[in-house]
Amino acid sequence: MHHRILRLILFFTSALFVLTAYAESELNMPVGGTILSEEIYKLHMAGFYVCCGIGVVVFGVLIYSLIRFRKSKGAQAAHFHEHLGVEIIWTTIPFLILVALAIPATIVLGHIHNTDKSALTLKITGYQWKWKYEYLDQGISFFSVLSTTQDQINNKAKKSEWYLLEVDHEAVVPINTKIKLLITADDVIHSWWVPALGVKQDAIPGYINENWIYVTKPGTYRGQCGELCGLNHGFMPIVVKAVPQAEFDQWVKNHHPGNSFTPLQPALNPLTGDALLALGKAQYEKNCVMCHQANGAGLPPSFPALKKSRIVTGAPDAAIAFVLSGVPGTAMQAFGEQLDDQNIAAIMTYIRSAWGNSDLVKQQKYSTVIQPKDVAKVRQGSKP
Amino acid sequence: MTEAIIHTHAAADHFDAHHGPEKGFKRWLFTTNHKDIGTLYLLFSLVMLFIGGLMALVIRAELFEPGKVLIDPEFFNQMTTMHGLIMVFGVIMPAMAGLANWMIPLMIGAPDMALPRLNNWSFWLLPFAFCLLMSTLIMSGPAPDFGWTFYAPLSTTYGPKSTDFFIFSVHMMGASSIMAALNIVVTIFNMRAPGMTWGKLPLFVWSWLVTGFLLLAVMPVLAGCVTMMLMDRHFHTSFFNAAGGGDPLLFQHVFWFFGHPEVYILILPGFGIISEVVSTFSRKRLFGYKFMVAATVLIAFIGLIVWMHHMFTTGAPITAQLYFMYATMLVAIPTGIKIFNWLATLFKGSITFETPMLFALGFLVMFTIGGFSGVMLSLVPADYQYRDSYFVVAHFHYVLVSGSLFAIFAAIYYWLPKWTGRMYSERLGQIHFWLSVIGMNLAFLPMHFLGLAGMPRRIPDYPLQFTDFNQLCTIGAFIFGMAQLVFLYIILKECVSHTKPDVSNQVWEGAKGLEWTLPSPPPYHTFETAPIVP
Amino acid sequence: MNIQKANKRLTFMLVCGVIFMFGFCYMLVPLYELICKKEGINGKSARSVTTAAPGMKIDYSRTIKVDFITVLHHDIRFKFIPLHRRIDIHPGETKLVYFFAENQTGNEMTVQAIPSITPTDAARFLKKTECFCFTQQFFARGQKADMPVYFFIDPAISKDIKEVTLSYTLFDARGFEKKQAHFTKGRINL
Repeated sequence: MHHRILRLILFFTSALFVLTAYAESELNMPVGGTILSEEIYKLHMAGFYVCCGIGVVVFGVLIYSLIRFRKSKGAQAAHFHEHLGVEIIWTTIPFLILVALAIPATIVLGHIHNTDKSALTLKITGYQWKWKYEYLDQGISFFSVLSTTQDQINNKAKKSEWYLLEVDHEAVVPINTKIKLLITADDVIHSWWVPALGVKQDAIPGYINENWIYVTKPGTYRGQCGELCGLNHGFMPIVVKAVPQAEFDQWVKNHHPGNSFTPLQPALNPLTGDALLALGKAQYEKNCVMCHQANGAGLPPSFPALKKSRIVTGAPDAAIAFVLSGVPGTAMQAFGEQLDDQNIAAIMTYIRSAWGNSDLVKQQKYSTVIQPKDVAKVRQGSKP
Repeated sequence: MTEAIIHTHAAADHFDAHHGPEKGFKRWLFTTNHKDIGTLYLLFSLVMLFIGGLMALVIRAELFEPGKVLIDPEFFNQMTTMHGLIMVFGVIMPAMAGLANWMIPLMIGAPDMALPRLNNWSFWLLPFAFCLLMSTLIMSGPAPDFGWTFYAPLSTTYGPKSTDFFIFSVHMMGASSIMAALNIVVTIFNMRAPGMTWGKLPLFVWSWLVTGFLLLAVMPVLAGCVTMMLMDRHFHTSFFNAAGGGDPLLFQHVFWFFGHPEVYILILPGFGIISEVVSTFSRKRLFGYKFMVAATVLIAFIGLIVWMHHMFTTGAPITAQLYFMYATMLVAIPTGIKIFNWLATLFKGSITFETPMLFALGFLVMFTIGGFSGVMLSLVPADYQYRDSYFVVAHFHYVLVSGSLFAIFAAIYYWLPKWTGRMYSERLGQIHFWLSVIGMNLAFLPMHFLGLAGMPRRIPDYPLQFTDFNQLCTIGAFIFGMAQLVFLYIILKECVSHTKPDVSNQVWEGAKGLEWTLPSPPPYHTFETAPIVP
Repeated sequence: MNIQKANKRLTFMLVCGVIFMFGFCYMLVPLYELICKKEGINGKSARSVTTAAPGMKIDYSRTIKVDFITVLHHDIRFKFIPLHRRIDIHPGETKLVYFFAENQTGNEMTVQAIPSITPTDAARFLKKTECFCFTQQFFARGQKADMPVYFFIDPAISKDIKEVTLSYTLFDARGFEKKQAHFTKGRINL
C-alpha cells in the first residue's frame, strides 16, 4: 500500500516538473526585460510553487482516501465527525502560508508605485483602436497603428511572423533608463499591456495612471490592449523597441519637434488624381477599414456606410470638416490630429471615388478629387 | 417518526385525489407547486445551457485558427457578452434556484415554499427576460457587445441601441432573483418542521440561506447600477460620464460591489450540494458541520468587502490595493476549511463511485485548482500580469464550470431518482462524467498558459504563437459540448419514460435526511402535516 | 394562520432590506465622491477649493518636481497647453501656474477640465486654492485665455515622493451646462 502511494506522489511531482519545465520554455509568464518584470515573475513563480505544494498535500490525501477507503475493498465507515484540533490546524497553516506570500507581494507592489527619479516621461493615450505616444521632454508625438494587412486577417495572404503584433511606428525607448509611463485614454477604457515589460495599466478617459519601466535587455517588446474596448479590441498591438542610449538619441534627432510622424504641415503641392487615389486606398485600409469595411458598407448603425453616404458625396468642405473633427460620443475620431493634410485629402478622394460614389459626387457637380490645400483651407477655416 | 411519515403520506395521497396538478399547459403556467416550479427552473436552465454552450462553441470555433474563421469581430463580441450573461444569469442561477425549489421544502419538511404565487412569478419573469435579451441578436444593429461586465463608457456613451433592451432584461432577471431569494429565505426561516433546528439544517439549506441573503444584498445594487446606465444614456445624468462630473471608475466599483458577491452566489449552493453528496457516498457524517456553516457565512461576508481586487490595474493608491489584497487572501482560509472538511469526511469512509460522487470528486479537485489560481490572482503585482488575460478566463471557468456546473450535475444525478422514481443509466452517467472532465480540462487548462504568455481575453483573433494551445482549447470545448448531449439524452429518457418506479425511498445506501423518507417519486403534495424530525 | 403572518412580517422586512440596498447603490455615488476626495483618488481632492491650514510651514529641505500635462478628450479642437511644463516646489509653498486654452472648434463651447494626479498616493496632498477646473469654462468662438491654478503641496506628503504629475483632461461639457455658465473667473482672456 505504502509504496503505491509513494509511487503516486512521485508520479505527480515529476509530472509537475515536466509541466513547469515546458511552461518555462514556452508559455509561462515571461521573465521579461525590466527590473519590475523580473520581480513580478519571481513572485508569480513563488505563488505557483506554494500552490503546487498545497496541491500535492491535498490531492495526496484525496487520492489516498479514494484508494484506501473504498467500499468494494471492504472499508467500513468510521463514526468521527468533528475535531476542534484539526480545524484549528487547517485554519492556522494556510493563514501562515498566505502571510508568507503577502510579504513579497507587498514589497514588489511598493516598487511598482515608486516612479521617482525617472529620466524620461512617455505619455501613452489609448484610442479606439490605436495608441498615441508622446515623448513629453523631446516633443515627439505620433500614433501607432496595427500594420498587419486586412488580407492577412482575412486569410488571403500569408501571415507574417508578428501577425497582429506589428505596428507602423513602434515606441522607441532607451535601455538602462527609468522611464515614467503616464497612461490615459481618449474614448473608452483601454489597457496598455506588455507582458515582457511587466506593465499592465488601465487607460481611463479623464484620468492619468502611472507605471514605469527600466529596460535592461535591448530588444523589441510586444503586447496587446488588455481591456475590451469595442470592435477592434484585438487589433491594437503595442510594440516597444528598447535601444542603447546613443541609438535613442539619434532616433530623437530624426524626429525633432515639428517633424513628427503626423505633422500638421501647411498646404502641400497638388497631386494627381491617380496618386491621391492610390495613397488614399492605402491610408483607408490603415485607418478606416476596420469600421467602415473594405466595401464601404460599414457596420450600421454603429459604423455608418460610406457607400452612397450623403456626407461623403456632398459638398467637399463639409465632408472634410467631418473627418477633421470627428463626431463626439461616437467612435468617429477627429482625424485632424492624427493625419496630415495630404493623407486626409487622399482618403477623401478615395472614398468619394470608390463604390460608385463618384457618380453621386458628379451628379451634384462636385469634384471627386480633394487636394491637400482644400483640407488645409478647412483646417484653417475652422479657426477664427 | 415512522408513524408520522405514514400519516403524512396518507394525508398527501388523500389530498392528491382531490387536488392533483392541472392538466396540460395551464399546469405549468399557473403552478404554485414548488416541485413544478423547480422542474421549470431546471428545464429552463437546461435550454439556456445549450444556447449559451452553442455560443461558447462559436467563440471557440472562431479561435481555432489565427485569422478570420467564421465570424466578424463585431459578432464575436456579441457572442462573448451573451455567453457570459446567459451562463451566469440563465444557467447557474436558475439551476440553483430550481434545486432549491425542489429540495428545500423536502429537506426541511415543509409542505411548499412560503410564498407560492411569488414563486410562480419569479420563474416566469425569466423566459421573458432572456427573450428580451436574445431578441437583440436579430435586431438591426449590434446586440450588446461590451462583455458581461459592461464597463462604462463602452456600454453607456458608446453602447449600441440594443443596450436598453439589455438593461431592462437585467432588471427582470434581478427582480426574478430577488423574489426567488426572498421566498427561499422566508421558507427556511418559517417553514421548518418542528425539530428541524438550525443545528440540524442540511448544509444545502444552510448554504442557500446564506446565498439568499447575499442575493438580497447585491441584486438591488445591480439594478441600481443598470438604472444609472439607463439614466446616463437617456435622462442626461452623468453618473459615469466625466464630462458632466461623473466617473467611469464609479461604474466598476458599483458593478463589482454586486459582481464579486455574485460569484459566491454562484458557488455557495454548490458547496452545499457537495457536502450532501460527499457524505452520502462516503457513508459517513459530514465532518465539522459547524465549521462548514461558519465557513459559508464567512465566505459570504468577506465576499462583500473585496470587490476592488477586480480593479487592481485601474490605478488605486497602494493602501487600497494592499487592503484588498489582504482581504482577498483571507477568502482562501474559509474555502480551505471547506476543502479540508470534505477530505476529512472522505477519510475513513466507505466510499463508492456513483455518478453524483464522481462529479463531486471532480468538483473537489478542479475547484481546488481554480482556488489556487485565485490565490495567485490576489497577489497584486502578479495580478497586473494576469488581469484580463486568458489566465483569468481559465480561473473563473475552473470555479464556475468544474465548480458550480459540476455541483449542479452532481445534484441532478443525486436527486433525479428521487424526482422520477427511476434510476438513470449509471453507465451513461459515467460516460457523461469522464467526457466532461476530459473536455473541460482540455479546454481550460491550456488557457492558463495562454494567459501567462500574454493572450488578452475577448479577442477574436490572435498572434501566431498562441495557435497550438488555442486549438487544444477548441477541441476540448467541443468534447465538453458533446458530453452534454449524453446528459441531455439521460434527462430526456428519464422525463419521457413510463416504466414503473424502480428505486426505494432512500435511493442511496448512505443517504440521510427528510427527503429520503418520502416515496420516489414523491407525491404532488408532501409534508402537508409536518413530519417530526428525530 | 400564524405562519402566514410570520411570512408576511419577514417578507416585509426583507423587502425593506432590498429597497435599502437599492438606495444604498445610489448612496455609493456620494460616498465614493467623499472617499475619493479624502483619499485623493482620481484627483477628486483637486477638484474643489481648499484653504491652506493656518500656520502651515514651508519645508525648504524638500523639493518636489511637478509636471503639468494636458489631454484633449476625444480630440476636441482646442489648443490646450500648460505654460509651464515643469516646476519645482517646496512642500507648503503656494505657486501659480497658467494653462493656455484656445477654442478652435468654430463654435461656442462649454468645457470642463478634469484634474488627475499621479502618483496616486500624492494626490490627496496636492491642494488648490484656485483652479479653472473648479467650474465649467465658457469659450466664445475662437476665444483664447490663460487660466490660472494656485496650488500647494501639503507638507504631510510622504517623504518618498519627489515627483508629481498634474494632468488636466479637457472635456466637451455641452449638454451638461451648469447654471454658472460663462464662468471665467481668474482667467486672463487674450
